[in-house]
Amino acid sequence: MDDLLREFLTETNESLDVVDVELVKFEQEPNNATILNNIFRLVHTIKGTCGFLGLPRLEAIAHAAETLMGKFRDGVPVTHEAVTLVLASIDRIKDILADLEAANGAEPDGTDRDLIDELERLSLSADNDDMADEMAAAMAEEKAAEEEVGTDIYQVLERPLRPGEVSLDDLERAFQEAEVEIELPAVEEETEEDSDAVAAAGADVAEAKTSQKEVAKPKNPSAKGKASGQGVSNQSIRVNVETLEHLMTMVSELVLTRNQLLEIVRRHEDSEFKVPLQRLSNVTGELQEGVMKTRMQPIGNAWQKLPRIVRDLSQELDKPIGLEMIGAETELDRQVLELIKDPLTHMIRNSADHGLEEPADRVAAGKPEKGNITLSAYHEGGHIIIEVKDDGRGLNLEKIKEKALKNGVTTEAELEKMADHQIYKFIFAAGFSTATNVTSVSGRGVGMDVVRNNVELIGGSIDLRSTPGRGSSFIIKIPLTLAIVSTLIVEAGGDRYAIPQLSVVELVRVQSNSEHRIERLKDRPVLRLRSKLLPLVHMSELLGQTEEADLDEDNGFIVVMQVGSQSFGVVVDGVFHTEEIVVKPMSSMLRNINMFSGNTILGDGSVIMIIDPNGVASAMASHASGTLTDTAEDEYENAEDHVIDADAPISLLLFRAGSDEPKAVPLSLVTRLEEFDVNKIEHSNGRDLVQYRGSLMPLVYVNEGDRHKSEGTQPMLVFSDNGRSMGLVVDQIVDIVEDRMTIEVLSERQGVLGSAIIRERATEVIDLGYYLPLAFDDWFMRKEVDTTTKVRKLLFLDDSAFFRNMLTPVLKAAGYDVTVCSSAQSGYELMEKGTDFAAIVTDIEMPDISGYEFCESLRRDTRFRHMPIIALSAVVTPASIEKGRQAGFDDYVAKFDRPGLLAALKDVLTNEFGVAA
Amino acid sequence: MTAHKLTTVDGDDNRQGSADHIQYVTVVIGSQLFGLPISQVHDVFVPEKVTQVPLAPPEVEGVLNLRGRIVTAINMRRKLHLKPNDADQGMMAVGIEYKGESYGLVIDAVGEVLNLPRNEMEANPSNLDFRWAEISGGVHRLDGRLMVVLDVDRLLSSLIEPKAA
Repeated sequence: MDDLLREFLTETNESLDVVDVELVKFEQEPNNATILNNIFRLVHTIKGTCGFLGLPRLEAIAHAAETLMGKFRDGVPVTHEAVTLVLASIDRIKDILADLEAANGAEPDGTDRDLIDELERLSLSADNDDMADEMAAAMAEEKAAEEEVGTDIYQVLERPLRPGEVSLDDLERAFQEAEVEIELPAVEEETEEDSDAVAAAGADVAEAKTSQKEVAKPKNPSAKGKASGQGVSNQSIRVNVETLEHLMTMVSELVLTRNQLLEIVRRHEDSEFKVPLQRLSNVTGELQEGVMKTRMQPIGNAWQKLPRIVRDLSQELDKPIGLEMIGAETELDRQVLELIKDPLTHMIRNSADHGLEEPADRVAAGKPEKGNITLSAYHEGGHIIIEVKDDGRGLNLEKIKEKALKNGVTTEAELEKMADHQIYKFIFAAGFSTATNVTSVSGRGVGMDVVRNNVELIGGSIDLRSTPGRGSSFIIKIPLTLAIVSTLIVEAGGDRYAIPQLSVVELVRVQSNSEHRIERLKDRPVLRLRSKLLPLVHMSELLGQTEEADLDEDNGFIVVMQVGSQSFGVVVDGVFHTEEIVVKPMSSMLRNINMFSGNTILGDGSVIMIIDPNGVASAMASHASGTLTDTAEDEYENAEDHVIDADAPISLLLFRAGSDEPKAVPLSLVTRLEEFDVNKIEHSNGRDLVQYRGSLMPLVYVNEGDRHKSEGTQPMLVFSDNGRSMGLVVDQIVDIVEDRMTIEVLSERQGVLGSAIIRERATEVIDLGYYLPLAFDDWFMRKEVDTTTKVRKLLFLDDSAFFRNMLTPVLKAAGYDVTVCSSAQSGYELMEKGTDFAAIVTDIEMPDISGYEFCESLRRDTRFRHMPIIALSAVVTPASIEKGRQAGFDDYVAKFDRPGLLAALKDVLTNEFGVAA
Repeated sequence: MTAHKLTTVDGDDNRQGSADHIQYVTVVIGSQLFGLPISQVHDVFVPEKVTQVPLAPPEVEGVLNLRGRIVTAINMRRKLHLKPNDADQGMMAVGIEYKGESYGLVIDAVGEVLNLPRNEMEANPSNLDFRWAEISGGVHRLDGRLMVVLDVDRLLSSLIEPKAA
């Protein structure tokens, strides 16, 4: 492909994009002559160049389209049909161009007769109308000038252009271009070729059509006007992207080298290098800025196609849609720009198709008939935020839930716990489309996950908000990964980090005797800074390296940072200097660490992490509400220390029954504490019962042969589940305590798990699993009856024999075929052998291989990816549940919560069943 | 930084190995011999000035600068759940390119290059520690010792997308 053709392709593609936009504008303002002239000129140029390059197919279409537009220019009313047709021709031109590019310069075979016929038909009918109009209003004096142009075109129409023939339009164009050349003699090398060609064309034209020169001349004044408009674009040159990329890399290296030099000079105070180096430094800085600029493009470039798309959608879907674009001038890296083009287009389509309601529905909802999509872009703290907002119906929460369940990405139990915005996020999962009808526009379910992937590919994130009936908005946040930023180099915990200067407000030196000292509010460090109280956090703590207690309060620096409206101080051990660094993206292995936005190589050759102020800000925000999680995590740590039988403190209900020694049962299992008048206790069918809430509740005694009191009131513990209740008769309810339930001595006796030290007394821990079936034989069975069509095989892993013995009977009683393993390794081996389990219940705290690891590795195996796995742990805190969820557990149950375990099993199994069916 | 490109030991074989043979760079981790297909090994270097990355997965030793590129160093002992290298003996690293990024597998020592027939590789024994089985492509029986073939793609993808359930 020769250079000229390549040049032509790039240029034409650009022009066509502009035509798209302009046409849509034009349709809305048919009387705007400037817009029309613009379009006309662009199409005209395309046509002219095609003729020159010998591309007859393109030329013919462009010509026909131009003719029709010429009619508009002559005052023929603009119709939808006509605009649609012109747009169709432009699409056709684009197709041919694409083929042209692929075929290395050869125009594809085929004919465009259909389109051209249509175009001509419209122009002709327009002509007739035009003629009629002219007859009627011949006296319109000012029309005369226009008329001349009209006649020109008319002439052209009468004698259709044949391939290779130089038309009047070419002549006109030659004049235009010639003007330009005169106005700007200093055109760059690349354009020179083009101008030469044009000049040649001009000569040709002059030769061929001297007779017509007279006719063409009157056009010159207008051409001149246009030419000055074109002048601006001719001042820019096209540079190969690779050249730019290379330049960028080189500048990055230059910056690094300069930094190295600066580092050296810093060590030699009186160096003669100092002055020239300063100069080099400045020049490098400017060079760097300049090169950066070449890469920056206004985001509007990526938006160019959108008005056209929305216009087409509006027609196709038969809804009036308005598109508002704010912040088109926001600049971002060219590379990033390319990558977000498609996701944006997709999101706009989605908003138009799914987001906005039918006009009738809108009116019914009291909204204007015309739906609005707003696209906005702005910079925020080193990120670019792009928001796509519609004022439509909002996301349908129920449908998303339904679909999420159907696709098996979640369970009902999980959904229950989720906030709405978490549920909305399911639309980013693969194969997720809530549209009931698949339209040609969208709804194939390949949408939002692709969008998310693309955004994440460039290190961005996507979020959404939705208000039912009010619309939804998608927020894309893209970091400027490939950029040079000025950073402050600080030290914390022996390592250096770079903090982007952009978010650093000031530095404060801390000393215990100065006015700036760290104070504490409920253990949280704060700083009095002028009129404000600044929350503080130590960098090492943010990075999870030290405990808060290690904070050196007497010596250090506070980097006061501002992110959005949030201000906070980060305590560091030392502050070095500021340095310009080239941000290199984090390895994909480390990209999920929110605290870092990238890393870089410093002047001395070492690699350091770049702190992400946004990550710090969100960590601060969660820190504020995080006291609870903190302690929870501490407990978790403790629990991990004594792996097997140490448990987090749980609430225990202490009572006496039958004997003097205290007994305990986890409070979470007790439904209610009741006292009944002994008269109310009835005896029937060999057992004691009370009427409780409209049904008979059987009473159970801790020891066989115990009797209830003979007078007064009888306290009892009520356990309810699934509409059935049981009363455990006790002598006295002693207390509720928070303590670790560390069972020291196992019990041989039925009904007692063992003895534990609770409040420094040996206490019997009651095994509820024994008593429940005493009240109803089928207590555990019953709930499985309806769902368990066959005996499900369960794998149960626990390293502690005690828990294995305790839970296995419960699971068996519930109708499962239980296989027990004492370690993850043996469990894994069993599964490798192909034993088919319906679900796995595993302990978390196991030596060697923890439950988390076990689950994670199962999840990585395609065979077990969807196997229901339930975590069983002595520690149940939000943090540990979250960790479990991340590891891929379907559910997380406390070890003593047997009903919870059974319910969870039932849940995951029915869910799995549903998916399989 | 002492880095050198690997070249084949035997002059008579080309770098990729013939169709029915694969060349492996052997490395020692713990006391076990592992083999990495030579086509995937970029270079071998001594990791120096490794910067620790807070909050990173435990397997990540840190990041380092290798001739202007940032390399993520992976502690293979930790990945394989072996005891950390307590004796402060020199570390070696094998440079790998994966999806356009550079990684360094930190190992104890690099051995010779072996040219092994493809069909002599055996599947993982079923009782292999599943954390090993996950990243092992098979086992070669050599004279007197076994060599576990490291599946580099699985190894790195297991670290990169561990939570993609």
